Amino acid sequence: MRNLMEACCQRCTHTPASPCSEYLLCRTEGPLCHESKECRQQRKAFIDEVTIPSDSPGRQIIVCGGTGCTSSGAANLVDLLNQEITAHNLGNSVQVKKTSCHGFCENGPILHIKPEGIFYTKVKPKDIQDIVLSHLVNQQVVKRLLYQDTAGNSYPYFQDIPFYAGQTRLLLRNCGQINPESLADYLAVGGYRSLVKVLQQMTPDEVIEEVQRSGLRGRGGAGFPTGRKWASARKAAGDVKYIICNADEGDPGAFMDRSLLEGDPHSVLEGMLIAGFAVGSTKGYIYCRAEYPLAIKRLKIAIHQAQQVGLLGSNIMGSGFQFDIALKEGAGAFVCGEGTALQASIEGLRGMPRVKPPRSTEKGLWEKPTVLNNVETLANIPVLIQTGTEAYRKLGTVKSPGTKIFALSGAVTNPGLVEIPMGQPLREIIFGIGGGIRDGKSFKAVQLGGPSGGCLTEQHLELPVDFDSLTTAGATIGSGGMVVMGEDTCMVDVARFFLAFTQAESCGKCTPCREGTKRMLEILERICQGKADLKDLGDLERLCRVVKNTSLCGLGQACPNPVLSTLQYFREEYLAHIVEKRCPAGVCSSLVRYSIAADRCRGCGLCLKNCPVGAIEGEKKQPHTITAERCIKCGVCLDKCKFGAVLRG
Amino acid sequence: MSEVTIIINEQPITVPAGTTILTAARDVGIEIPTLCHDPEVSRYGGCRLCVVEVAGWGSLPAACVTEVRPGMVIETESARVLEARRTILELLLANHPEDCLTCEKTGACALQDYAYRYGVRRGAFLGERQNHPVEADNPFIVRDMNKCILCGKCVRVCSEVVGRSAIDFSHRGFRARIATALDEGLQQSGCVFCGSCLEVCPVGALTGKQRRGKGRPWEMTSVTTTCPYCGVGCQLKLQVKNQRVIGVMAGGSGLNGRHLCVKGRFGHGFIHHPDRLKKPLLRKAGVLQEVSWSEALAYTAQRLSQIKQHSGGAAIGVLASARISNEENYLLNKFARRVLATNNLDHCARL
Repeated sequence: MRNLMEACCQRCTHTPASPCSEYLLCRTEGPLCHESKECRQQRKAFIDEVTIPSDSPGRQIIVCGGTGCTSSGAANLVDLLNQEITAHNLGNSVQVKKTSCHGFCENGPILHIKPEGIFYTKVKPKDIQDIVLSHLVNQQVVKRLLYQDTAGNSYPYFQDIPFYAGQTRLLLRNCGQINPESLADYLAVGGYRSLVKVLQQMTPDEVIEEVQRSGLRGRGGAGFPTGRKWASARKAAGDVKYIICNADEGDPGAFMDRSLLEGDPHSVLEGMLIAGFAVGSTKGYIYCRAEYPLAIKRLKIAIHQAQQVGLLGSNIMGSGFQFDIALKEGAGAFVCGEGTALQASIEGLRGMPRVKPPRSTEKGLWEKPTVLNNVETLANIPVLIQTGTEAYRKLGTVKSPGTKIFALSGAVTNPGLVEIPMGQPLREIIFGIGGGIRDGKSFKAVQLGGPSGGCLTEQHLELPVDFDSLTTAGATIGSGGMVVMGEDTCMVDVARFFLAFTQAESCGKCTPCREGTKRMLEILERICQGKADLKDLGDLERLCRVVKNTSLCGLGQACPNPVLSTLQYFREEYLAHIVEKRCPAGVCSSLVRYSIAADRCRGCGLCLKNCPVGAIEGEKKQPHTITAERCIKCGVCLDKCKFGAVLRG
Repeated sequence: MSEVTIIINEQPITVPAGTTILTAARDVGIEIPTLCHDPEVSRYGGCRLCVVEVAGWGSLPAACVTEVRPGMVIETESARVLEARRTILELLLANHPEDCLTCEKTGACALQDYAYRYGVRRGAFLGERQNHPVEADNPFIVRDMNKCILCGKCVRVCSEVVGRSAIDFSHRGFRARIATALDEGLQQSGCVFCGSCLEVCPVGALTGKQRRGKGRPWEMTSVTTTCPYCGVGCQLKLQVKNQRVIGVMAGGSGLNGRHLCVKGRFGHGFIHHPDRLKKPLLRKAGVLQEVSWSEALAYTAQRLSQIKQHSGGAAIGVLASARISNEENYLLNKFARRVLATNNLDHCARL
């Protein structure tokens, strides 16, 4: 037996070739088909190798192989570690393992040593020698590589770091812990047990009832009750039904689904299998954007592995249940995250939304009843089946149970992927887990829900993060993008950024979205350039109203939100641009003015000498001046001045 | 089928379940404007001009795709609706050339009609406009995508009625437009130049090349006739100005509805052609001369009889035409076999 998936000896009768309901349990808790202490120990040893329990004699060094750590240089660390380990003859007691993202990308490359749980950050190739010699050989923690917060406190253990301590990693439990390309790893940590439970002990109606009772709501943004969706698809008449996993995560800055797919792809497959069983479907599709090559690679591996051992295909584990999954790569259109456009794209048509009703649960893919769930929603399914509704509902709020993963980005000290129970206040996420605003600056706003969401301000920091509270305040939980902005952010520029995105991504089908967003963007550009007047502001507000009220799909209906929320909370900033022709945050380059403070200028002439357009005048040792008409706002004078006399504003 | 009672503009109305608000409103004489709706093709809901206000609904649903529900209270011209409609028209006009004065479609343009109906002028939201070269690299259809309002009717009629799918949407956002595959032009696409897209285009984006500059809609009379090309019998509406046929539109009813083939729609150049044969010709002393029908027929009958008597019927061959009806072809067959006693009978459609 070379790995967990193989038969332990010739007496083992539970094999993929003779599918039986005990197959998986035989592998992980068995053998069940015969009694053998040896075989049992062998199996346990394989599982321990993955999970590294606290009494494990062996050690495991986890190297984060997420996109962030890889780009900051983690790729070579595995080889270097192996070389050093061999050099010190530690090969038998230490294994090196590359996993997916830990979510703490800002501090990568990350090394995590088990079972003790020491967590090294910003590891460079030159640190490897030190780690092996000091930590592995001499049992001394390398203190300089531990995470340090802004106050200078060091944190040796993973679970103590404020970024992780504030989280509840329920869906991300396996991300960064297991090898995502190994089915055995997933099985060793309890994977596919929910599927076994469903197939052995539950009827489809019971599964749906359980999901309904759990109160799980769709994590793609709309928050529709998942159980209700499943129930209507089950009820819908149709010989063929489909399960679609929406992995077309497109919000700028959002990477929750990518991390799940890259870090724990089997959990999503398991969710789909359970959905298929509950709804009465035999075919699933994963629609994954092509910009996620690693997720696609790992999904392909996971699907292949599941097919090999009979977890996908006909007669799954002897239950008679048949289900298979196909992967469809998207071609980069944001709008294909919209359910009906996504289905059109799978059908080979142009990804354009259609009007609902009929809902997808009645007429979806190829006009057949279809359940379309987001990646994170599906990843919730095995968890809630395993823990049961009661335990599941202990997390989160009454109306928004469970946890939610957020992609925390922007001006926070600790950007990354965070999972928290629903209902935590915004402040806790931004200031607790996120560590507050970077460089000691002050908080200005947070954009939630990407291009469909809105900006919230200081006054909203105590708001609980759940589906309903945020909507009342003019934002949305969306798919989980959370962009934090500091004092030096221009809110008009933020609105302009999101509008530029939605305009480019509008499918072009309906007039308000196609033409309206273009004109909204033009007005915002004019405001940023100081070329707008108050009539433009009125036009902008009218366009927001009409685009919101009349657009065909969610993309158009929600795209005015960034403008509406910034207008609501930062109207004075718009007026400063329009009336005073001034950008208070000093971001909009057309409105920036450079000047020289006469009291600080020593007349050294450095700025004058370096100005590329000769816009600076002044006698030696006399205060200089900048001619605004000639200035091209390149900022060279500001960079060159040694006395802080050049002002930007 | 079950029925649904709703209230439109304070007027109660009962319609079969499954009826759209647009159709229900039309039933009681309330005209809701629309640019993209067409009963012959699939429901679309793209132009959003037909939005209406439904009591209790937050957004304004499109009447062309929203089916009535029991108890719906609908307003088709409320203040919110009017603001939305005017804004949508302003948006369309802001991205539309200002050349109604010379546009072929003037007088028959839906965008023009609605701008007039809602008093919308071009002016708001001026900014970038789409700027595509006018495509006229084929003999029949001129595509001016600067005038296109992306209602998608041409795309749907091409794929759902004609079955060619020669055109579809391409690009996204403001750059979205209707194009052939790889922008190769209609002749390289699967287009069969049936011109059904011309028939459904509500604006001047698609026009017939031959009739450009030859007449305005209000200068023409429409003469209904049957297509002379084949035996199908499609109905045509000849567009006649000063006793000359300038263009052809489909009859709009009968078996062909709004559809024709390339010959029926565009092949009318022979009507006023100087070389067109209008009388029978008989070669006398080596020269073709105009003769009367009775002389021509008498001569033909005489020659056929002579040949049959002298060489037998098998010396005669008969070629039937696809332009005539089944019944006429049947008669010709009888005439050939019984009267001329020949089995040498063929048909142009087989060639």
